[in-house]
Amino acid sequence: MAIISTAGLARTFTTKRGTVEAVRGIDLTVEPGEILGFLGPNGAGKTTTLRMLTTLLPPTGGAATVAGHDLARDPAGVRRRIGYVAQSGGVDPNVSVREELVTQARLYRLGKTEAAARAEELARDLDLTGLLDRKCAALSGGQRRRLDIAMALTHRPEVLFLDEPTTGLDPAGRADLWDLVRRLRDAYGTTVFLTTHYLDEADALADRLVIVDRGVVVAEGTPGALKLRHGGSPDATLQDTFLAITGRTPAAPADPAPVAV
Amino acid sequence: MLLHDTAIIFGRYARQTLASKFQILFGVLMPLLYLLFFGPLLTDLPLSSSAGSWQVLVPGLLLQLGLFGASFAGFGIIVEKNLGVIERMRATPVSRLALLLGRVLRDALLLAFQAVLLVLTAYVMGLRAPLVGILIGFAFVGLLSVSLASLSYALALTVRTPQEFGPVVNAVTLPAMLLSGLMLPMTLGPAWLDVLSHFVPLRYLVDAVRAAYVGDYASTPMLYGVLAALALCAVSVTLGTRQFRRAGA
Ligand SMILES: Nc1ncnc2c1ncn2[C@@H]1O[C@H](COP(=O)(O)OP(=O)(O)O)[C@@H](O)[C@H]1O
Ligand SMILES: [Mg+2]
Repeated sequence: MAIISTAGLARTFTTKRGTVEAVRGIDLTVEPGEILGFLGPNGAGKTTTLRMLTTLLPPTGGAATVAGHDLARDPAGVRRRIGYVAQSGGVDPNVSVREELVTQARLYRLGKTEAAARAEELARDLDLTGLLDRKCAALSGGQRRRLDIAMALTHRPEVLFLDEPTTGLDPAGRADLWDLVRRLRDAYGTTVFLTTHYLDEADALADRLVIVDRGVVVAEGTPGALKLRHGGSPDATLQDTFLAITGRTPAAPADPAPVAV
Repeated sequence: MLLHDTAIIFGRYARQTLASKFQILFGVLMPLLYLLFFGPLLTDLPLSSSAGSWQVLVPGLLLQLGLFGASFAGFGIIVEKNLGVIERMRATPVSRLALLLGRVLRDALLLAFQAVLLVLTAYVMGLRAPLVGILIGFAFVGLLSVSLASLSYALALTVRTPQEFGPVVNAVTLPAMLLSGLMLPMTLGPAWLDVLSHFVPLRYLVDAVRAAYVGDYASTPMLYGVLAALALCAVSVTLGTRQFRRAGA
């Protein structure tokens, strides 16, 4: 059975300059243990979709079930089973790594000693051990990202949502992160739902891609199948495939710094 | 769960406050200056037939401390929101009410501590008031702080930058201070000002604490003060929790 399924999931924002249809009806399913790449150009509605699936933003249309719980009826049930890493992360630079990890564990209702032990364990798993007593501000980009992910893994969630997890990382940091995501899935069977606008990332990491553009799903399938169907051959680049599907490339050459939305 | 979550959130922000000794003392500076430089001006003025001038001034300064201390509580959360800390917490099962209460309890406790400092100083300068009345005064400072801090967080969660936040808070706190008779009792002024001030909830709290400071516990001002403080608190906490439920939506 699918671990995530959505039907007509939509979100409209009302702003001073009128309404923005950020997400216009997303239908998708994700199987347990799958790494799903949610691919689309900037402004396609990826972050908005993720914020709805993680209960942070109420949908204005449609419905979804995440990890066996209905998004609208049982948001608390969803929250207990998912982990979420926002594009900009979510740690306070003035707080120590240990304090962030322990507090996060307490928010997931672990006891005092369990929380302290879990913080040590996560630090070991994510290669942060020597950094526990540093301020978050003192971490490198790659270390920060690993901390963000450690925080989201505190309660061993069934589904992990990652919003553009490698944006802003150097090539070595990106390779490390890809390894980590694969390791999570292989060791714990964690389902990973990640957004990206990097084609090579989607190609290398995802079992299956869902391509969104202007708030709707425009194509869906394994990278190989998409290349064959839209790019003309299994050897087509994902770049050509994407171009054929949306009529443009996912990221402009001068990609601006990630903006928190 | 609510108590557990509130304790966790309270602990996080209390530790941050304790790490900054400066923040703990800074808030009490303004009312202390009033006490030192404004108080002596009033000593010989006939402000009230039944109370000494310190018994009129100190209740006002206590609530002034609460007013300004709590109204700006939201500043820090704008930074936290932009860092993604709020969303990260909201993605966990933590109670939304606890996200608010943990923070406002930290604020209320800090302000209550500053209130004690203020009253001790006032005592040295000549304040004499019944102990029960003084304790009632602290309770009002606590309730006012919880209310205004909740409203402050609610506002802060709806704005993007501190620049949008400050002017709004100033536009509310300054008239509230002037119209509630914090400095001098409104009954000293013309009738129209007195009438106008009855539309400011803070006025009832000020009158109640002044009544408490002269031992007038079973009085109309006290009843109105308690009702106004509880109503303000209920409305503010509801509004604040609603913002934590849908922050950034
Ligand atoms: N809180 C918001 N208020 C108004 N418009 C928004 C808000 N969040 C996102 N949008 C708009 O919705 C669209 C989709 O944004 P987003 O989901 O962030 O796209 P992506 O993550 O794919 O880059 C964009 O046009 C964006 O400006
Ligand atoms: Mg985005």
